[in-house]
Amino acid sequence: MEIILENWPMLLGGIGTTIALTLLGYGFALILGTALAVCRVSPIPPLRGAATVYVEIFRNIPLLSLLILIAFGLPDAGLLLPYFWCGVLGLTLSSAAFICENVRSGINTVPIGHAEAARSIGLGFFGVLRYVVLPQAFRTMISPLVNVFIGTLIGSSLCAAISVAEITYVTQQLNIRTAEAVLLFLVAGVIYLALSLAAASGGLALEKALAPGRRRRPTTTQAMMGAQQA
Amino acid sequence: MSANSSSATQVLFDAPGPKGRRRILLLSVLSVLGIAGLIGAGLWQFAVNGELAAAKWLPYLRRDYIAFLGEGLWGTLRATAVAAVIAFPFALVLALARLAPLRPLSWAATAWIEFFRGIPMLLVVYAFLLALPAYGVTVDRFWMLVLPMILVSSATTAEVFRAGIRAVDRGQHEAAAAIGLMPRQSMVSVILPQAVRLVLPSLVLALVSLLKDSTLGFVVSYNELQFQGKNMVSITRFLVQTYLVVSGIYIVINLLLTRVALVLDARMQKRAAQG
Repeated sequence: MEIILENWPMLLGGIGTTIALTLLGYGFALILGTALAVCRVSPIPPLRGAATVYVEIFRNIPLLSLLILIAFGLPDAGLLLPYFWCGVLGLTLSSAAFICENVRSGINTVPIGHAEAARSIGLGFFGVLRYVVLPQAFRTMISPLVNVFIGTLIGSSLCAAISVAEITYVTQQLNIRTAEAVLLFLVAGVIYLALSLAAASGGLALEKALAPGRRRRPTTTQAMMGAQQA
Repeated sequence: MSANSSSATQVLFDAPGPKGRRRILLLSVLSVLGIAGLIGAGLWQFAVNGELAAAKWLPYLRRDYIAFLGEGLWGTLRATAVAAVIAFPFALVLALARLAPLRPLSWAATAWIEFFRGIPMLLVVYAFLLALPAYGVTVDRFWMLVLPMILVSSATTAEVFRAGIRAVDRGQHEAAAAIGLMPRQSMVSVILPQAVRLVLPSLVLALVSLLKDSTLGFVVSYNELQFQGKNMVSITRFLVQTYLVVSGIYIVINLLLTRVALVLDARMQKRAAQG
């Protein structure tokens, strides 16, 4: 226990970095992912194609490969970022693909009749999306989007491999110094569990507040397609 | 997925008239220019730094380069296959335990599943890498990677199985009970065969996730593709090129596996629709 107390500032710094990575990565991914989803349902073929290619690439690349490519590969091509921002960039690019998938399948759960009705009263593409489809789609998207958030949180641990001092990295460093492996890893595990539980219950509260009533559940395959996988 | 592809995304806009078609054409041309501009800027950045030189790309067609990466790919596939063969049956057992009427058993399974679903795999890898040797337990590098893969995948896949079991129609339970099957018998010979078929596409996706997890061999120095890429970099110094090639290989394999899952899913939806 002493080790934890003595190294409290370092652990706290690690927790802060993990939270910063997650919030920044997820925040940017939310913007990029929604933009991609709008591209994918737009009437402009090149935009549809580009968004589809984007999703296929970044959903299928392992996050660690992406982080290594950004942190160790791209400096050779003149893209020099601090490792922290390499982590944020990697998490953003990867999570955006999953967010796009979930937003798109959320749009698909809105009954066709609603879009047709909206069009028949004269709304255009953006009008239909903004006033009729997206507000309804958003309700069914909350729970998958919270899952992507937790995926981003857990994925942020991979930034340890590119030496960003987040919890996993700090734990490993402390372990080398103190050789108190079991205690340290238990503490780190509990921190991650607490963070993801907090995110999950926050998500539930959000869902209760914004989308009371029935939830449309995706099929298992759909859930797996949208699930973030490190 | 494909069953509801006829939905909202297709009716968000009208079939365009002449004016609309002109506008779509204009926007298409503009967006093609924009996308080409982005790709061009990227290539320009590579070219300026001399990373497009043929001498840095052509070696990847040489037989020894291919063999070197092939060895890594073999390691990746081996780790993924072994982990899947052990983790999937284990996951089924966990799912059944979680659904079991015996409370302590169900709690234990739930705790296991939620724990390994909630913590990152890298942490488990470090625990195996650093904690076990402190107690004199040593496993070789292959298991150092595969054991954490099994632990993490067993938890996520158990949830897949559980969803599958719960998706089997209630009437099936009732029918099995009506013809006099005990709960265990009806689970084994009525529910499970249907549930496994239902989750087959998701199992393929779980395989994709295992394949991605195997990149952590990079951390434990097991000779899988990502680590082999690192070895190659330390010899050739072609950083961007090697990591791009390695990522490309992962993307292609996962793309194929995802396609398989989608085809299986579409076939199942079709069969369900036919009743």
